[in-house]
Amino acid sequence: MTGADLLLLALGAVAVGAGLLVVTTRHLVRAGLYLVVCLAAVAGLYLVLTAELVAWVQVLIYVGAVVVLLLFAVMLTRAPIGASDDLDRPGWPAALVGGGAGLGLAVLLVDAFRWSTVELPEAGTAERLGAIVFGSWVLPFELLSVLLLAALIGAIVLSRPEIGASPEEERR
Amino acid sequence: MIRPVIPYVTAALLFGVGVYGVLRRRNAVLLLMSVELMLNAVNLLLVTSDTTVRAVLPQTGQVFTLFVIVIAAAEVGVGLAIVLHLYRLRASVALDGVPLTDAPPLDGATDATPAGPLGERVGR
Repeated sequence: MTGADLLLLALGAVAVGAGLLVVTTRHLVRAGLYLVVCLAAVAGLYLVLTAELVAWVQVLIYVGAVVVLLLFAVMLTRAPIGASDDLDRPGWPAALVGGGAGLGLAVLLVDAFRWSTVELPEAGTAERLGAIVFGSWVLPFELLSVLLLAALIGAIVLSRPEIGASPEEERR
Repeated sequence: MIRPVIPYVTAALLFGVGVYGVLRRRNAVLLLMSVELMLNAVNLLLVTSDTTVRAVLPQTGQVFTLFVIVIAAAEVGVGLAIVLHLYRLRASVALDGVPLTDAPPLDGATDATPAGPLGERVGR
């Protein structure tokens, strides 16, 4: 066990624990805040795994943008402050499927890698990743920009208030 | 030097937690949060395999992780637009109350335009 292993263990425990709290808590807003903890722990895992740029992108986009959007949605849907009792469906099939998927995958991966070690590669700095993105993956990159534009326009179209309202409702 | 089994198992457990949340939660916003957990598990798996496996193109896993993050941002934008639309139509975001086939019972809405899966009228 090296220091990096201990860091990975601690951050992994934080990530899984915060993830569990996200899916079990009865407070909507707290679920969003636990999600911040979970995503930040995953960003820490990326840092230990030498994926620098991915870690900062994770902090910027997930913690900065996605969680804020989700919290906005919590507030715009007038979620109650405090605990609410109607957030969940009956639980045991979900626990069966989720636990089965998680533990099954974990057993598979443990069996594949055992207690082996690897040397860490060169760090994925912005310079290196930029060279690779614009050297080998230009087409997917450009396609993604089109996808983002399409998603943006789709979100705007969906959010226009008059869609779905009948003329009488619009007058109200 | 690291032991790759630790982040791999973390990713697997996070994915399981996400699956549990998707199946368990009936609030649409919480469901989106669970989907984010699953996406993060996959990202963690990609980054870990990138450090574990020496590929022909180095750092491909990290590039893919960046792509997945972008796709997740797009997904959350559209998903939240749909959720807010649902809330405007039905005043609730409970997922098991959504009829998948007919229009929602809007009082006063009697026009015969076809309704999409979430009740939005298409073709207008």
